Amino acid sequence: MTDQRSQAELVRQSLKRRYRKERRFRLYGIVAISIALASLFILFADIIGKGHSGFVKTTITLDVTLDSEIMYLDDPTDKDQISMADFVAPIVAALQDHFPDAEGRAARRELGRLVGSYAASDIRDLIEANPDLLNTTQTIEFLAHDTVSVYVKHADDPGYSIRLSEQQQMWVDELLEKGVINTSFNDVLFSRGDSREPGNAGILGAIVGSLFTMLVTLAISFPVGIAAAVYLEEFAPQNRLTDFIEVNINNLAAVPSIIFGLLGLAVFIGLFGMPRSVPVVGGLVLALMTLPTIIISSRAAIKSVPPSIREAAEGIGASKMQVVLHHVVPLAMPGMLTGSIIGMAQALGETAPLLLIGMVAFIVDVPDGFFSSATVLPVQIYLWASSSEQGFVELASAGIMVLLAFMISMNALAIWLRKRLERRW
Amino acid sequence: MQTANLLPLVLVLAVVAYGLAFMRSRAVAAPLGGIRNLKALPFYYAARAALWCAIPALIVLAAWAGFEGKVIQGIVIASLPQDVWPESPGQASLVLSQISNVAAGKLNPEFVPDHIAGAAGLLENLRAQSGTFKTILVLLIAALGAAFAWTRVAPHINARESVERTLRRIFFVCAAVAVLTTVGIVFSVIFETVRFFGKVPITEFLFGTSWSPQTALRADQVGAEGAFGIIPLFTGTLLISAIALLVAVPIGLLSAIYLSEYASKRVRSTVKPLLEMLAGVPTVVYGFFAALTVAPFIRDLAELVGLEASSQSALAAGLVMGIMIIPFVSSLSDDVINAVPQTLRDGSLALGATQSETMKNVIFPAALPGIIGGILLAASRAIGETMIVVMAAGLAANLTVNPLDSVTTVTVQIATLLVGDQEFDSAKTLSAFALGMMLFIVTLLLNVVALKIVRKYREQYD
Repeated sequence: MTDQRSQAELVRQSLKRRYRKERRFRLYGIVAISIALASLFILFADIIGKGHSGFVKTTITLDVTLDSEIMYLDDPTDKDQISMADFVAPIVAALQDHFPDAEGRAARRELGRLVGSYAASDIRDLIEANPDLLNTTQTIEFLAHDTVSVYVKHADDPGYSIRLSEQQQMWVDELLEKGVINTSFNDVLFSRGDSREPGNAGILGAIVGSLFTMLVTLAISFPVGIAAAVYLEEFAPQNRLTDFIEVNINNLAAVPSIIFGLLGLAVFIGLFGMPRSVPVVGGLVLALMTLPTIIISSRAAIKSVPPSIREAAEGIGASKMQVVLHHVVPLAMPGMLTGSIIGMAQALGETAPLLLIGMVAFIVDVPDGFFSSATVLPVQIYLWASSSEQGFVELASAGIMVLLAFMISMNALAIWLRKRLERRW
Repeated sequence: MQTANLLPLVLVLAVVAYGLAFMRSRAVAAPLGGIRNLKALPFYYAARAALWCAIPALIVLAAWAGFEGKVIQGIVIASLPQDVWPESPGQASLVLSQISNVAAGKLNPEFVPDHIAGAAGLLENLRAQSGTFKTILVLLIAALGAAFAWTRVAPHINARESVERTLRRIFFVCAAVAVLTTVGIVFSVIFETVRFFGKVPITEFLFGTSWSPQTALRADQVGAEGAFGIIPLFTGTLLISAIALLVAVPIGLLSAIYLSEYASKRVRSTVKPLLEMLAGVPTVVYGFFAALTVAPFIRDLAELVGLEASSQSALAAGLVMGIMIIPFVSSLSDDVINAVPQTLRDGSLALGATQSETMKNVIFPAALPGIIGGILLAASRAIGETMIVVMAAGLAANLTVNPLDSVTTVTVQIATLLVGDQEFDSAKTLSAFALGMMLFIVTLLLNVVALKIVRKYREQYD
């Protein structure tokens, strides 16, 4: 008896320790989850913190007198004169109106560096379009030079280095006070292609490129994926070939994406001689990459259609194909759509295979078709992130925010579709 | 006509064929006393006409579009005077790009040799001819197919069967695309790899300890032959993957255990989607985060404790990659833990074990094979991941296991060797394909083994 009691005693004594262990184990779990969620939070906070200033542009509004004398331009319709004319001079003159004591070549040069390097071509385009404006005074809004933009937006941020002279900083401070230098929503970001100058660069080209690429991917992977899933679930005989196809699909789902880039390079570009850096090739590569995802989720959707539906249709004389096309596929469609949208969202964020097929070129123009050179949103982000110019970092983060917004809305659409259309049997 | 315009045209023709055959079948049926006297519904006659119209035409169109470029290039090269024939494929592609630039009007014909300008004219001519032939041929085939189907609209022919047979074949072809993709991958890496091993011996590739794939621009340049030893790349890849797994496995596994055994339904339904968001973030975003935030942070931290860290460290890439694969590990472990039968759990708890003891001594050992399978899958993910390492791990092929050093990986090298224009026959370019083959084989093996373990384990409890 004493033996038993001492055993019970032992257990009771050890209970405290065991409960402590239990609590500790539970704590480990909470810590692990907290670390994971904290990383997610830090990731988003970091990107928003870096990127919010990318949505702001810095502009200088000046009353520019388009004086024919200082521009050396009498006749704006004459192409030779236009190409020889000095369009920076009126801008500098306009700035000198604000700072009459800035004299001499050095000061004039520094003044001229307050506006972006596209300011001169803005004036040229204006005069070329309206020759009547010569010798009039116009109020024009210029993009500020990138060094000015960095100074205005990030003067207190140790991560940025200010590359303005002290004289220039004083000018900028004064112009800010006068309201000549302004910050406003960066519409340039959404209306232009890439540029060498951060202030002038936009993601429209990349968004359109992504759109064309995704259209090709969708047009191929959605029908092919569904057809393959239907075949494997409904028609495939139980044999070696079917097994082989299944194993292949499962393995393809786990092949690193960069390998698909090699495939695209060797087959589509090397063998078929398709052009480099075009959305068609990118779309084809991404279609092959997303196909396994779509097939696997479509098969799951088909599997969830109860056999009673099939039996009922067969019972009233439908052929196998009619059963599938009239009943099974429509009923499985919500699941198939959800899987496809998720697959497309993955493809939208994919970068590595597109690097190999040449979609990393520096492209200024917004692509206008499936066969014009293009880049896509994630590649544009990569290009900007690896640029040494400091203004591109905020653009890259802004691009990431746009990309994530696209992906989150696609996933939200998928979840909404599933909730809305899914039927429980 | 452009392929992009022909494609919709063929589809429009198919719709027209559908409509015509539909009306025809009704017309045929009318004197017999309605469509019930036909062997199939009008829809099937019409669908067959559409298929006959579209499929052969599309096959011809695809074949033509696929090989048009190559054939024209061959003819243009062959048309050049013998004494300027390009000697190597690299030179040929240079000449071709010059010719096509002239043809596209990007290069003034006056600035190039006469034979190039002539070839540009020929190129344009051939392209126009090819376009015309293609258009005529494709439209002709579409019309013939539709006409044939039109003649076969007859009451005694069962169109439904032939339509269903065709559809079934199309479905099969779609399923076979997966096999074709695998075959395509294997062939696209194998040819170039064999050519690479013709230039660099396989033993040097597998056992060499130095990697610097510069090849000479001129034959007599100093250091003309590059070094192609894969060992530094493998150690770099393994180092980063190991760091990633060290982060992801404990966090992922413990999260999965907590979520499946302890968490309330509400916590589970909010935390799980949040964790899965980590998997949905594009890799380029992780790369950005690793390169611009984590790497400088680690460098500063290391300096603070007196260590020297490179600005592109393996640790930064590995940590961020670990975060990326947390949801991978956690959702796979979650699946296997939930697959352990409830009876095991209940039995252990009934004997007086606490929840954590049940977990550690009963469920975890039972779920171990599945968890290992999941970890292997995660490892193959880590090995094949590209963007994070391209942006954060650097290019220097250091043979080191110091996580604060900069290392390079197989995927980084593939990406950097193949970005931009390259000559197709240099050892440098070919080595990327050899690396690709290594990567493909290793990840394939990992996946096959992992899937086998997971499947075997599932069978055990099903």
